[in-house]
Amino acid sequence: MSVLKFFSRRTSAPAARERLQLLLAHERAVFGRTDLVAQLKDEILAVIAKHISIDPEKVRITTDTRDTLATLEVDIEIRTPNGGLKMAS
Amino acid sequence: MAEVLVVTSGKGGVGKTTSTAALGAALAQTGQNVVVIDFDVGLRNLDLVMGAERRVVYDLINVVQGDANLNQALIKDKRVDTLSLLPASQTRDKDALTAEGVERVINELKGRFDWIICDSPAGIERGAYFAMRHADLAVIVTNPEVSSVRDSDRIIGLLDSKTEKAERGEHMEKLLLLTRYDPIRAERGDMLKVDDVLEILSIPLLGIIPESPEVLKASNLGSPVTLSNPISAPARAYADAARRLRGETIEMTVPSERKRFLGGLFGRRAA
Repeated sequence: MSVLKFFSRRTSAPAARERLQLLLAHERAVFGRTDLVAQLKDEILAVIAKHISIDPEKVRITTDTRDTLATLEVDIEIRTPNGGLKMAS
Repeated sequence: MAEVLVVTSGKGGVGKTTSTAALGAALAQTGQNVVVIDFDVGLRNLDLVMGAERRVVYDLINVVQGDANLNQALIKDKRVDTLSLLPASQTRDKDALTAEGVERVINELKGRFDWIICDSPAGIERGAYFAMRHADLAVIVTNPEVSSVRDSDRIIGLLDSKTEKAERGEHMEKLLLLTRYDPIRAERGDMLKVDDVLEILSIPLLGIIPESPEVLKASNLGSPVTLSNPISAPARAYADAARRLRGETIEMTVPSERKRFLGGLFGRRAA
């Protein structure tokens, strides 16, 4: 038995890895996606840039939570020939 | 332009203060003006690890509350003249910090230093929040151990939502500093490997600090390990990490102790 045990010695690191992956997948869902704002910014930019010329530097995305109300504010400055038209949504 | 760096982890005892002192000293040795700030109000230790515990007169709380100015509170390191320490208060509690006060102090320090390194307390309460609030980048200190990795993941989430940078919709740069790593145990399968931790946390790697008795020796002596024994494995790992912070590309290795024949025979000294 002890010889068998010796040869089939299971290492513990793979178990640590699996347990962490399962647990963190769950916890990230509960606490919210960590880099939500940065990801939203990239995706929103990609969609808008398909249709309108925008300066990635002139995009502001903010989130705020007050009591029960959560807001997402997107502020994008659009390049125009005359320059400076600002659109907020 | 000053860079504000937070050294954080969520979990306690993984090496935040050790890493703050070692990275701060290593950066200062490259000629950068560095200040390290202890945000662990009530349980300060950065002064002790840096060997400045008997030189503390005024602290962060005194400056935040306007009872002392920065010149009075900053402690210049005696070994590296570009390194300074702003200690935490030992007698007050963390509620003595205010958002406005901390912001004012950080802004004032930005005019004087190239690097402002904020040593975060463990946990996810006020002190940790103030330490990360104004950061441009974060160093996440993690041990290859499940509870440390889990807490690091939680801290990464907070860095991406609670910092000024995140609130402006900017990307918060986060770098992993894996400490107390033992390559032999990892290879044997009894410790999470570097790649396991990187895959789980998915942030870039700043450095791998090997488990070493030199770290305890350095804190016994009150000296950052990068100063107490610069050729030791952890010191070289921290020095490499500091150079990476400065934008240099350095091959990622886990330094090991060099066997010194004469040092081994005659060099043993009690720390």
